[in-house]
Amino acid sequence: MRWTHWVNFPVLAIMIWSGLFIYWANDAYGISIFGFSVIKFFPQWFYQYFHIPHRLAEGMAFHFFFMWFFAINGLLYIVYTIFSGAWRELVPKRNSFKEAWQVLLYDLHIRKTTPPQNKYNAAQRIAYTAIIIMGAGSLITGLAIYKPVQFYWLCWLCGGYHLARIFHFALTIGYVLFFTVHIIQVVLAGWNNFRSVISGFEVVESEPGITKKETEKLPENGIGEQKED
Amino acid sequence: MESENKKKTKTPLTIEQKIKRRNFISFGAFFALSGGAFAGWKWLLNAQNETPGITAGARKPLRKAMNKTELFFRNFFSNKHLAKTYPKERAVKNVRVNGLIGINDDKDFDPMAWQLEVEISRTKSLKIGIEEIKALPKTEIIFDFKCVEGWDQIQHWAGVKMSDFIVHFGLDELAEKGYMGLETPNGRYYVGLEKDSVLHPQTILAYEMNGQPLTINHGAPLRLIIPVKYGIKNLKRIGKMFFSSTRPKDYWAKRGYDYYSGL
Repeated sequence: MRWTHWVNFPVLAIMIWSGLFIYWANDAYGISIFGFSVIKFFPQWFYQYFHIPHRLAEGMAFHFFFMWFFAINGLLYIVYTIFSGAWRELVPKRNSFKEAWQVLLYDLHIRKTTPPQNKYNAAQRIAYTAIIIMGAGSLITGLAIYKPVQFYWLCWLCGGYHLARIFHFALTIGYVLFFTVHIIQVVLAGWNNFRSVISGFEVVESEPGITKKETEKLPENGIGEQKED
Repeated sequence: MESENKKKTKTPLTIEQKIKRRNFISFGAFFALSGGAFAGWKWLLNAQNETPGITAGARKPLRKAMNKTELFFRNFFSNKHLAKTYPKERAVKNVRVNGLIGINDDKDFDPMAWQLEVEISRTKSLKIGIEEIKALPKTEIIFDFKCVEGWDQIQHWAGVKMSDFIVHFGLDELAEKGYMGLETPNGRYYVGLEKDSVLHPQTILAYEMNGQPLTINHGAPLRLIIPVKYGIKNLKRIGKMFFSSTRPKDYWAKRGYDYYSGL
């Protein structure tokens, strides 16, 4: 199911792009601390550079078309992950939060000992599970602000129209941050790992020669044994 | 797949060959599909706009998608789903004026001489004065008015329920046609609404805001308040009302927006 990963990438990019068209029409959000505006989303040059202004209708048309792909793709992934048992490699375990801290220290070169790792390490388990939950969150908050009267209970669940919008926006910022870290990690993990995300297996050198181990959808440095095909 | 390959070749492939082969297939597929996706995206991005009609200004495939999406979400529409209402104190005093099309481009308008024209047939129409409308049971609503731009505001309106109005003036049968069209007196702003939303219990023909008669900029003497739609459908200063079995023209749907624009 690594394909859903690759479908998601352009779809999410389009959702963010068209989402910006919508956001521009009423760009109310910013972060202020003690009344001082720290960040205002987004500066004028940003809008100009990406040709954002005055494209609300277009943005909505794209957003409410690609939402279907985002939803269906996400659903496929979740259904597959549940039925294939792949979730066992993905969902954080009880000790994952402790281990994730070790991973962080290791990645920042503070700690030398390698943290335990299966297909995914503890930090990956947390990050990848979180991103799926975030995806679901985007769908739910999105639906809540898309049809706040028909799905009034969803809107209520999200804390009302305003809060749902803020969550929806914050999740998007979350994706961008995730993406940044994700790309850095992929670069650090190297070519063999990246190749596996496309081909579904990773080449592992071992003593007598070269053996091949098949791994299924490996977004990052994992060496696991799993059957596919 | 792999085991089949093995059978076909006489000498078994070395592991290195197998790796190469699988990589080749995977990457080939990956690039072919990426290319396909990119071509598809380019096609959509450069797709022609629809032929201008009742709707206009959107890429053809996207308009099609909007209409399909409308049909899907109309399945969830119910008269029992109500927009959330608020206590009076929550309503803003300074109600936002966002659009004046059909109002500030009509300098000759005389609110005193105003009458609502309801088209009954091609040749016949009803003329209804504001006093007749005010004589009907009054319905108040304090709800969160939502603009397609993204802002919203809790506002307090009062008027006659559209469904009451329709029954009182014997328009039930006409309403069954499926759509209602509304226009400003000068015809510059116009909206089309499907029956379900027209008959929704929170849809009102409003003549009061915050307990006062409407001001000119808020659509005096009579305007539409329809909480199941974005603000763009809440037409101010209604001049003409008519019914149709097909979609009536709609100002913003002609400018690339979704015709339905339902909430």
